[in-house]
Amino acid sequence: MSDIRDMLVEQVSRLLADRSDPATLRAGEAGTWPEELWSEAEALGLPLALVPEEQGGTGLGWGDAAALWQAMGRHAAPIPLGESMTAAALLAAAGITPPTGFIALGLPGEAVAWGRRAAHLALAPGGEAALHAPTDWQQGRGPIAREPADQPVLGTPLAEGRLPAAYGPDAALLAGALLNAARIAGALEAVLDMTVDYANTRKQFGRPIGGFQAVQQLLARCAGEVAAAGVAVANAGRAADRRGLAGAEFEIAAAKIVSGEAGGTGAEIVHQVHAAIGFTDEHPLHLYTRRIWAWRDGAGPERLWARRIGDAALARGGAHLWADLTSRDEEPAA
Amino acid sequence: MPSLQFPLRDTPAEAPALRAELRAFLAEAGRDWPPMVPAYSWMGFDGDFSREVGKRGWIGMTWPKAYGGGERTALERYVVLEEMLAVGAPVGAHWIGDRQSGPLILRLGTEEQRREFLPRIIRGEMAFAIGLSEPDSGSDLASLRTKAEKVPGGWKVNGRKVWTSSAHRCDFMIALLRTAPAPDPKAKHQGLSQFLVDLRSSGLSIRPILDLVGQDGFNEITFDDVFVPDSMLVGQEGNGWEQATAELAFERAGPERYLSSLPLLTEALDDLRAEPAASEAVGRLLARAATLRQMSLSVAGMLQEGHTPAREAALVKDAGNDFEQALPETIRRLVDTGRTPPQVLEMLGLMTMVARSYSLRGGTREILRGIIARQLGLR
Repeated sequence: MSDIRDMLVEQVSRLLADRSDPATLRAGEAGTWPEELWSEAEALGLPLALVPEEQGGTGLGWGDAAALWQAMGRHAAPIPLGESMTAAALLAAAGITPPTGFIALGLPGEAVAWGRRAAHLALAPGGEAALHAPTDWQQGRGPIAREPADQPVLGTPLAEGRLPAAYGPDAALLAGALLNAARIAGALEAVLDMTVDYANTRKQFGRPIGGFQAVQQLLARCAGEVAAAGVAVANAGRAADRRGLAGAEFEIAAAKIVSGEAGGTGAEIVHQVHAAIGFTDEHPLHLYTRRIWAWRDGAGPERLWARRIGDAALARGGAHLWADLTSRDEEPAA
Repeated sequence: MPSLQFPLRDTPAEAPALRAELRAFLAEAGRDWPPMVPAYSWMGFDGDFSREVGKRGWIGMTWPKAYGGGERTALERYVVLEEMLAVGAPVGAHWIGDRQSGPLILRLGTEEQRREFLPRIIRGEMAFAIGLSEPDSGSDLASLRTKAEKVPGGWKVNGRKVWTSSAHRCDFMIALLRTAPAPDPKAKHQGLSQFLVDLRSSGLSIRPILDLVGQDGFNEITFDDVFVPDSMLVGQEGNGWEQATAELAFERAGPERYLSSLPLLTEALDDLRAEPAASEAVGRLLARAATLRQMSLSVAGMLQEGHTPAREAALVKDAGNDFEQALPETIRRLVDTGRTPPQVLEMLGLMTMVARSYSLRGGTREILRGIIARQLGLR
């Protein structure tokens, strides 16, 4: 799978390098759907990438998806492709043929990214999946990322089905958490690169500010957080491939927590190093950092996931803490 | 600017059986450990314990059988290390030999040195001390001044080493010494060599330095015309800096760089159930621990493949130190001192103090971040 994954990531990265430019991102925030980008993603078969081959998709796993979403995060990709991929995957898993085109994804208590452009909406509450064609959308936008985020007016579902047990009772939330963690990890890589470049070119006191230890220390810390987010996401993707979404709850939670914390710390540092220019509308830094802040809260903030795994650990008690941490990827001894 | 990569690793197939063996052994050995033992963990010295560990084949696990080693994989060794650290076992009497002195002797030592030292390290009978820092040379290690002058049949050593953990209980030290003057102040990395120094040599004196807890953990060592035979030079004369830098990759790479305070979380967990803020805080700690473990495993995998992941190790150590230092503070905010059992409070108190050493030993946070910054391309 790794070769396909690398190929796909490279393909998508090339596409986004061309098409996910600041102008497109800004237009998206103003409500203009990035049609060209979406059609090219569709031409590559990406919306159905997680749907099994026998159901007409590419049959990729969650680990592949996480790598792809991370690559999209690196370009702050302004299309709801991750949501659409997840929606299609959940529908297919529940035996519902995913419709073509953009399928919006409903997460508990959240407005729906780009709902207004979606003919279809997938919901997956309580171990079921349902395909809807909302009769209307109440338009809004996210408070930080400013991207379209809409509330559906629902009619009767077009189709309903039961998800396999491995998806658990809140599959959409788990997949959404993996998606948001992955794109934070990717966007953090991008802003770290931007900031290192800036620190090496911006001169004060007669030399690049990157030569000052105070700046170096900040960026080194940022690099540690960026690396942690990437590892946490890869680990979550691997766990979901092995044990299904529900079985990977711990790793997905860890990825959402670590990337959320890393996003907070990382965004703080890159803004500090960019100083005033990074606080302007004109500079592209905020196109990434505002999304990092928004994605931290998407599919549950760190607090929600930390309580989940924290409660579980407290219930198990100290005697099991280390054994539970180490046994997740190991077959128990005979 | 190549960013550092941490490809995921699985623990080896042998891990579950190995863990079961270790957990049974550690449960028995650790039955009566007071909180002081886990608080010091790999800085704690217990010769009897290390000999028992040696008997079970858990020292020098990856080394050739010809010297008594186990020829097992680096990842199997990793499992042993993390099991020891998770309970804060007092592994100090064999830790340095197993982690860096032995591997250095194996890589660069003479056949005679390997035959003399490795079997004894493996049996847990010979404890090694680190011989790097000096009173005026800490982070600026290459400025060290303890020198070895050539004399017939060997070298005459004069100077001082400091912060040498457990030196008064150790048998040998691998000392980095100046064997030739630096050609100029910018080339002070040249002219350094590494030697095996018998800590019972005549002219060598060891003065304990109490730490802030009041323990005699580390020492100052004075060399006054100490004779070191030619046969005790390790590797090449003048190549000591490169050798020591490679040694540091081993020193910084292990799970001891994030697990030092984990025994406190284990100990405190049951009593945190009544604290409403505990679940979020514990969840955040676990997320970090699980992630650091994957990063640390990744570095172990690189070592297994024969790489020297010095920069990756620096990054994981820095991130790990942040975690292991934050842990006691997090627990402190959660415990109710009126209700918490005394052994939890005692361990918390000890770790609050000992945790200061985490971001100092093996390279300070500032030095590590300097290494990471250079890797990022900042100059």
